[in-house]
Amino acid sequence: MRLLLGISSVTILMLGAACSRRPPQPVVKGPATVPAAIVEVSGGKQVSTVGTPLDLPLVIQVNDAQGVAVAGAPVWFHGANGVAFEPSSGVTGSDGQFTFAATMGTVAGLYKIAALTTGVAGKTIELRIEERALGFEQNQGRQLSDLYCARCHDPESTAERVSNHDNLVAQAHAFSDGAFLNKMSDADLVSIIQHGGPALGKSAEMPPYGHTLSKSDILALAAYIRAVADPPNQSREALYAQK
Amino acid sequence: MATRNSLGSIRRKLFGDSARAFGTLGVVLLLLLAIVPARDYFREWYRLQKGYLRLIHGRDDAITLQRRFQGGVHQTWIPALNVVDRCGSCHVAMKEVSLSGAIAQPFRPHPTVPHSLDEFGCVLCHRGQGVATTTEEAHRSTLAGEEPIIPARYFESSCGQCHLDKPTGTPRLNTGRNLLARYGCAHCHTIDLPYGARIMPTDDPPPLEHIAEKTTREWIYAWIKNPQAYSTAATMPNFQLKDDDARDISAFLISQSTPVAGAAPQSAASTPATPATPDAAILQAGASAYGESFCASCHAIQNTAGLLVGGNVGPELTRAGTKLKPDWLRQWVRNPKVYDPKTAMPHYRFDDKQLSLIAGFLGNKTDSDFLANVHLEPATAQQIAHGRLLVTEMGCATCHDINGVHHPDNFAPDLTNVGSRPLAKIVFFQGMPRTLPAYVEAKIRQPRKFGAALKMPQFTLSTTEVDDLVTALLAQTDRARAIPASLHVAGRTASNYDPAGQAGRLMHDLNCFSCHSINGRGGDMAPDLTWEGSSVQRDWLFKFFKNPNTLRPALIRRMPKFNLTDQEANTLTDYIMTVYQTPAFDRESVQPASDAPSIEEGRQLFYSKYACQACHIVDPQKDKGYVGPTLTQVGSRLNAAWIFQWLKAPQSLRPGTLEPDWQMSDADATSLTAFLVAQKGSGKTREAKRR
Repeated sequence: MRLLLGISSVTILMLGAACSRRPPQPVVKGPATVPAAIVEVSGGKQVSTVGTPLDLPLVIQVNDAQGVAVAGAPVWFHGANGVAFEPSSGVTGSDGQFTFAATMGTVAGLYKIAALTTGVAGKTIELRIEERALGFEQNQGRQLSDLYCARCHDPESTAERVSNHDNLVAQAHAFSDGAFLNKMSDADLVSIIQHGGPALGKSAEMPPYGHTLSKSDILALAAYIRAVADPPNQSREALYAQK
Repeated sequence: MATRNSLGSIRRKLFGDSARAFGTLGVVLLLLLAIVPARDYFREWYRLQKGYLRLIHGRDDAITLQRRFQGGVHQTWIPALNVVDRCGSCHVAMKEVSLSGAIAQPFRPHPTVPHSLDEFGCVLCHRGQGVATTTEEAHRSTLAGEEPIIPARYFESSCGQCHLDKPTGTPRLNTGRNLLARYGCAHCHTIDLPYGARIMPTDDPPPLEHIAEKTTREWIYAWIKNPQAYSTAATMPNFQLKDDDARDISAFLISQSTPVAGAAPQSAASTPATPATPDAAILQAGASAYGESFCASCHAIQNTAGLLVGGNVGPELTRAGTKLKPDWLRQWVRNPKVYDPKTAMPHYRFDDKQLSLIAGFLGNKTDSDFLANVHLEPATAQQIAHGRLLVTEMGCATCHDINGVHHPDNFAPDLTNVGSRPLAKIVFFQGMPRTLPAYVEAKIRQPRKFGAALKMPQFTLSTTEVDDLVTALLAQTDRARAIPASLHVAGRTASNYDPAGQAGRLMHDLNCFSCHSINGRGGDMAPDLTWEGSSVQRDWLFKFFKNPNTLRPALIRRMPKFNLTDQEANTLTDYIMTVYQTPAFDRESVQPASDAPSIEEGRQLFYSKYACQACHIVDPQKDKGYVGPTLTQVGSRLNAAWIFQWLKAPQSLRPGTLEPDWQMSDADATSLTAFLVAQKGSGKTREAKRR
């Protein structure tokens, strides 16, 4: 009961805040239909850097039980370990969507951001969005990966870089392919970067980088590969979810 | 009286005889001695250290961790760096890698970084107050104007105190320093780096001495009011001019303009006002000529979706027809050096047909809305005088050459030490956080909020760009100047290499340095040519100058065809073949085997052991890789010695090249060279784009 009171008072406060920002508009009386679910529209699973905002804004949508967008539903966010939101709460627009920016905390790892709203009888509805924040070493690995690895390992082309992925006989695994890469040990990962595919009995199309990159570069690359694995690499990854 | 009596009795009880006095003094001494440990007991670090011991208590490796743990205040003193850190008193587990991910701050181990914590300490990178022993003082001491811990998003600024090179680990710092140069910050502000380096502007603002030949007063007016309305990619900032001021400045700029010496006389009706639309076929041919000349390597044009397509070396051309007078445009495309001898644009040798097509295509890029609301009366002498005053006061001449206005020195505050600016010297505006990073950010983001009369203009920057710039500026600390030379990592030193003679003049005319780098001078858009003479064959180079073809259709940026005469192409080819040679090996040092078994062995190595086809194409029917250049005609293009040395150690010939260093044996390199030299192709030369 106290929880209910708390949530409803938070809701009222937030509605009040939302209304005070737009005084000419008629007073919003709360959502026309009752929210039943929050869905992610875009912005999930981004790879960012510790202490910096995500590149793309997060967009969520509040739906009712029939899957129809709910306008005017209150939404707010939670994130552990110093995740900050801008704005940190608000009310969904006429399309039932809400756009916000998130700044990652200062510790590298997987962040589970919670977007919340109130449903039937004040029940809190929650959506977990996963984002990753890279630390220094992983970021270094990301730079090296963009330069040396992405041409073959990233199947997506960009304006500046055409992917060579489909030109290979061997299948280069995307670094986000956690299902495959998590099964490789750290030693194997370092070894294949250092000595090339044949070191693990794989294709020679993966060349050796042991004389091109320094040992610390290769470790940084491995750290990056572990950090972007999806599903997450449990052995390496610290999980910073909501407490 | 009674009090006196009781005091006297107490004194007698405690100090009545020597044994009592001795005992009492002993107790007092003991109490005094207990103050020190008792005081420590209530310290924050003591509580945290106890907390740490509790945290590790149940772990498997608790004994090892406990053995390595030492209580008390820990201090790192590095006199050479002026570092005194006591951070380790609370951050006791900085080196306990086994705890990563398991324990929260302040007990998280330090992530792997390229530097040793013992050699560099903490505050050099993290800032903050190293000698403090409480969380608040160490991390957030801003009241006394001391440095707080640097926010994570600006963290790379600390690297910039020593690193003037561009390490891969500091993309934000590198971009920030580039932006300081690219947005022309360094025109007005002096930004000295340690050890004599200095950030130099790279934005190349156009001279305005002949501006009336180029454009109209109406365009100048609209442009200076809001440059980004004309071109979203414009680097010129918005000076937030009043209508009258913009009117007077445009009047002055037109009035000071002089005719260009040696230019073809302008026809009387030289206005850009909506030229008769040429028919679609001619426009299409113009678009093709624009594409074939690779104008898009440097210039961008908005496509129908509103996205900019092309490079950002030269100005955006989406609305060029609204800006440029047709005669000027024709003259510029014919030879830009006549108008601006310092321009980065090459002097193409276009024939009259190409000239008409390209000038027609660009002249038709108009936007009638841009000047729709600009109606200016003829300027009065008073307006011109006022415009001149404004131009002088606002420092237009720090960037642009303007007749009769001197280039002012030290126009804006020196930013060399901005990263150490004491808070006491900073005027904050109401409601902003009182920290240095917040101040620098606000100064860039909304400079006029610090005072409407300030001269600093409003730049159009993304959030990321602002963060990058703040990062680069926060690296400008006093500490950076005091760091010993042994720790200082120098960047690429500016080279004043300047080829002379006939070939040198040609290279200036064609502006080779806008894209290519030679002996440390020039751009990075195209391959470094310092050792080009050791790399390629003379015939190939000559044909390439006459008709540059590419091996990589996916690249937008390519070498344009300049329509060089045979004599010009020969001059350049001879110069490059003779002068740009590496001292590392002799061009004639490798005579490749041409017998079938050697070539076949090379083929085997190419396709199986080294799997070169993953990135290169030798047989267009079969191979698909296009990370590296196509090798179908490599035998007609490259020198055998270069191929051999390249296979042995590519990075020694071209630092940073993507080709992995194979440490190939001489035998393998010899066979592969034989195979590659045998790839003569169809005889048609192709360009080699190596990046």
